Amino acid sequence: MPEPVISIQGLRKSYGELEAVKGIDLQVEPEEILAVLGPNGAGKTTTVEILEGYRDRDGGDIKVLGVDPAKPTRAWRERIGIVLQGTTLETKLTVRESLELYAGYFENPRPVDDVIGLVGLEDKAEVRAGKLSGGQQRRLDVGIALVGDPELLFLDEPTTGFDPSARRQAWEMIAGLRDLGKTVLLTTHYMEEAQFLADRVAIINEGRIVAEDTPENLGNRDQLPTRITFHLPAGTTIDRLTGFDRLSTQEDAAPEPLVTIESQDSVTDLNRLTGWAISEGIELTGLEVRRPSLEDVYLQLTES
Amino acid sequence: MKSVRLVLHEFKYTQKVFWRNPASVFFTAMLPVIFMLIFATIFGSDKLKSLDNLPTTTYYVPAIVTLAVVSATMVSLATNLTISREAGLLKRGRGTPLPPWVFIAGRVGNAIVISVLMVVVVTLIGRILYGAPIPWDRLPAVAVTLVIGAASFCCLGIAMTAIIPSREAAPAVTNLITLPLYFLSGIFIPESEIPDGVLSFANHFPIRDFFTAFFAAYNPNTIGSGFMWGDLLVVGIWGLAGLLLAIRYFRWTPRN
Repeated sequence: MPEPVISIQGLRKSYGELEAVKGIDLQVEPEEILAVLGPNGAGKTTTVEILEGYRDRDGGDIKVLGVDPAKPTRAWRERIGIVLQGTTLETKLTVRESLELYAGYFENPRPVDDVIGLVGLEDKAEVRAGKLSGGQQRRLDVGIALVGDPELLFLDEPTTGFDPSARRQAWEMIAGLRDLGKTVLLTTHYMEEAQFLADRVAIINEGRIVAEDTPENLGNRDQLPTRITFHLPAGTTIDRLTGFDRLSTQEDAAPEPLVTIESQDSVTDLNRLTGWAISEGIELTGLEVRRPSLEDVYLQLTES
Repeated sequence: MKSVRLVLHEFKYTQKVFWRNPASVFFTAMLPVIFMLIFATIFGSDKLKSLDNLPTTTYYVPAIVTLAVVSATMVSLATNLTISREAGLLKRGRGTPLPPWVFIAGRVGNAIVISVLMVVVVTLIGRILYGAPIPWDRLPAVAVTLVIGAASFCCLGIAMTAIIPSREAAPAVTNLITLPLYFLSGIFIPESEIPDGVLSFANHFPIRDFFTAFFAAYNPNTIGSGFMWGDLLVVGIWGLAGLLLAIRYFRWTPRN
């Protein structure tokens, strides 16, 4: 096994009375994209800023690229790239100048034109950062973090506040970093973002990691029941609909009462349900069959 | 050598940002020139009796030079560093291998270069438009005053960021500190028109000492080399205090 790029054991951090991080253990392997997912105030940014060397910690053992981030060195800074939460750009410099400015800080920077291509800003290279759209500014943020050619990249909520198309573009760009062999630690509060980008997801809530797995298997999603739902037309009953262990009716649902069946065997259960509907002459309005989404799992895990 | 190259790199981009920012060009580079033209026009051919009949226009050259240097160093650094801090640029810079002092050095270098430029511009305007003599004999005193003053007011500007909570507050705080002192120290109004009590109050603050030193260096009636070591010492002590406060209280992360 190669050494993990990030290894965290028992990380703790309090702000006065408030315990922001209550004992986190986490490892990030080389060339992995790990998403830390959690609601606002869960401790994501605190954790990431400790790893980036911005904040001190109250307890725990941490190694980032073999170095304790509480004692950051210049050589260590050469090897990491940071995209902070919120855009941080010098608005009066062009895309190219911004990248040249930061490239000058590193021993072995990646060529600026190369970075412009990676973040898809070829058409905007001579445009001042202040004149870019929000999505383009964020891509320049990522470009600046890449210009030192780091091994490890931190992305703190890279697409918060984006419209769906800008978010999609940002995702495609970040997914492209995988080909460069970078290790990426990403924080987000968007489930789809974690699902689209990450090899592994750690869900953090109230300062603790409550689940950690691939997006597919997170929270045993593969074993959770499928939900079958339909609306019950007025004047009909489900008295003769039998054989389901986990059936519930929500009477006040609009426009008609909503029936939910939690099914471990959806093919058999659907057959039974449609058989009943045909024999009763009932139309199953709004029939849906849905596997639990990452969002369902997330909401369940972060319920307080 | 590597550090020198890094400081020059940082300086180059600070220069670009400075000249592309209309606010910094107007308030730092143009406003002192405008003040010079306004005061010289208002007091045109007056002479200051209690200052050996010194033409008022000649008086205003060192006065506006003082204002220009304070503006290019203390005011400009306090404002721009606060804006950079609140925009997260200082925090971002801290996350790179760039040594923090290089970041500051690039900006201090910019402030000093702009100061030198402004001294030259204001002096030339005084000479060309109003016949105020260029103090060739006392040039060493002008240069030493400029260096000590610019360095000290840079330190004070960096220290001042600690009491400026947001970018919106920056102009209010810097104006609140400088504008009254410009009036009380004889920069806007000739000191011969200001009561002694007011001047001695202004003497507690470094703008007055800085001006006194420039005035002696520029004044054609000065006898000798024009060095005002006592005043320069006071300016230097203020600068040192600013440096210590800056080291103690300067912050790299946004307040908001």
